[in-house]
Amino acid sequence: MKLSGSQILIECLKREGVKVVFAYPGGVNLPIFDVLYDEKDLQVVLCRHEQGGTHMAEGYARATGKPGVVLVTSGPGATNTVTGIVDAYMDSTPLVVLTGQVPTKLIGNDAFQEADVVGITRPCTKYNILVKDVNDLAQAIKEAFYIATSGRPGPVLVDLPKDVVLAKTEFKYPDKVYIRSYSPVYKGNKWQIKQAAQEILKAKKPVIYAGGGVLSSDAHQELRELSEITQIPVTLTLMGLGAFPGTHPLFLGMLGMHGTYWANMSIHNSDLIVAVGSRFDDRVTGRVADFAPDARIIHIDIDPTSIHKNMSAHVPIVGDAKLVLRELNQILRTSGNGNLGQHKSWLTQIEEWKKEHPLAYEQGEKIIKPQYVIDKIYEATRGNAIITTDVGQHQMWSAQFYKFDRPRTFINSGGLGTMGYGFPAAIGAQFAHPNELVVCIAGDGGIVMNIQELATAVQYKLPVKIAIINNKYLGMVRQWQQLFFDGRYSSSYMGDSPDFVKLAEAFGATGLRATEVGEVETVLQEGLDATGPVIMDFQVDQEENCYPMIPAGAAINEMVFSDPDKSSKKGKGQKLEERADGVLTA
Amino acid sequence: MQHIISVLVENKFGVLSRVSGLFSGRGFNIESLSVGPTLDPTVSMMTIVTQGDDRIIEQITKQLNKLVDVIKVVDLTEKEYVERETALIKINTRTEDRAEALRVADIFRAKIVDSTPNTYTIEITGDVKKIDAVINLLRPLGIKELIRTGRIAIAREEIKAVAAREEKERKVVSK
Repeated sequence: MKLSGSQILIECLKREGVKVVFAYPGGVNLPIFDVLYDEKDLQVVLCRHEQGGTHMAEGYARATGKPGVVLVTSGPGATNTVTGIVDAYMDSTPLVVLTGQVPTKLIGNDAFQEADVVGITRPCTKYNILVKDVNDLAQAIKEAFYIATSGRPGPVLVDLPKDVVLAKTEFKYPDKVYIRSYSPVYKGNKWQIKQAAQEILKAKKPVIYAGGGVLSSDAHQELRELSEITQIPVTLTLMGLGAFPGTHPLFLGMLGMHGTYWANMSIHNSDLIVAVGSRFDDRVTGRVADFAPDARIIHIDIDPTSIHKNMSAHVPIVGDAKLVLRELNQILRTSGNGNLGQHKSWLTQIEEWKKEHPLAYEQGEKIIKPQYVIDKIYEATRGNAIITTDVGQHQMWSAQFYKFDRPRTFINSGGLGTMGYGFPAAIGAQFAHPNELVVCIAGDGGIVMNIQELATAVQYKLPVKIAIINNKYLGMVRQWQQLFFDGRYSSSYMGDSPDFVKLAEAFGATGLRATEVGEVETVLQEGLDATGPVIMDFQVDQEENCYPMIPAGAAINEMVFSDPDKSSKKGKGQKLEERADGVLTA
Repeated sequence: MQHIISVLVENKFGVLSRVSGLFSGRGFNIESLSVGPTLDPTVSMMTIVTQGDDRIIEQITKQLNKLVDVIKVVDLTEKEYVERETALIKINTRTEDRAEALRVADIFRAKIVDSTPNTYTIEITGDVKKIDAVINLLRPLGIKELIRTGRIAIAREEIKAVAAREEKERKVVSK
């Protein structure tokens, strides 16, 4: 029996196990939506903006490990997905983005709603393809899912001209894919893994530095095992949070620009760094030349280009984190004997650093401190929620103060730093886990960048909770302006608009507000107990800064812990460089 | 240091753009790039001449390998290889210069492929030094137009491999 391209597409999605498609209809993809109209096994989520839809698919993918699927129309529909695609590419999130395209005859003619989407997305997708013949469609979809989810995951875009989805052909779904030019390496080199084990046995001051790759490869158990049998402490990147229990005694917290003092000091003073699924990003390393000067580096990553890119590794291992760690643990267990975990003095030293500069804030009696809100969210959700965040101060405070014990429970935009990411990502995560509590922590700046998706949340009756850490500023921008631009707050003040309670109500959601410390817990409780989507507007200290901080371009041990001059008016007009005593030079 | 990299790619549309986009997007430089079909019509061979220290070249080869449509990447600079480039040079020739032009062509075993009363078009093939030398000698005569193909290169067959193959052939013959 012959099927149309649209029917073939939907059949392919079902065979790939797709349950939810984040979609927006338009001229050229109407034939596909017409097939979806009768479809019972696929849930179509109508987003309100294609960027929102793409972030939803990302949230879905990050919460499940399965690819998120987006279906949009040509031209503006497709170009609106670009930010989400770049975001997914940076954070190795598997996406399959299906874009409508004008009929093949019209391609290149500047037709209505035509854009060269394959051209536009070529540098920001793992792979993309324009399907020109309905007979190639099934193969293209199969390959798209395979490429998106294998190796280092990433977004794949398939461009579907209208005549191709209308044309009919025999449907045959390939059960296997073989792409001669694409074969990710999963198994690590045995000899190299043995070398790594030797390094670990020799080390006196080792640290494990793990990232999002551990989550992608589902290696959190193997990571925990490695840490526990060797007693090596673990620090995680922003993308890695949740890959190792946040409440574990060997957990050092996040490292990097806003990481903990003791994580950064451990890295800086270590003699061995075991990097797993992390890429020595500039927000982690600070000034590369002074990064961990005495450390040997074992670097385990599935992407060969990550190795030797920012830092040279002494023991590079290309492979899947789960498989490599499993093998490494095996070797350590059999050959380790008495040598395992013999670095008590190192752990004691780390404890001392921890006492020296703990994560702290001073909560007064009236004005709400933003960190206090995060603490209370952690308490109210018993550390069990899926947290998504937007980008900025609140994101860093969430990473610092919420302890993530489970993998795939912290979802945020790490690499690209996309404001507007958090809320749609929360919607995607909620579709993936309808029975879990999903909380989006956002700033007052980022939340309005995709606030239209509140309509989506209301329409699908999603119990997503939004906690806005509202300081009426673009907080991180303001912080940098205070520290590095003489307190000249150029275009970072946002004022009182909108009224988030009324905004929530206008969308048909619940709106709550806390302006004083005493209201935080009641608002939270009320918000979490409410059915349906809720906005909780926490009006916090407007000029609280996020510390500790490694100023851009400084070394990882040159952390700053407080405002340059507390005695002057909030440090306004004080350049950071002018003050020495806020800067710790260990 | 200059490197010559051979890149075997799928012969699909958009592949050239993926490769060149990779170079521009990551700030690598391309000194020349040539591309053409191979014996297998589904596959094309690119020769890219680029510049960089060891770390950059390692990134370039790894990033190229990471592209889904790239089948194989070989940095020829690590091996023995033969390289060639072709140039077509159109020169102005006044009567008194025509003999000199022919002489230069003759010395370098270049060919005159087009001739008009006022111009010669000279075809020259060789390594970069040879082509540069010809251009320098012809420049005083007045070069009107110049086009170069960019370098192509191929690895020399390793002696051991040749010996092994000859050995094998001998065995076949003796059977």
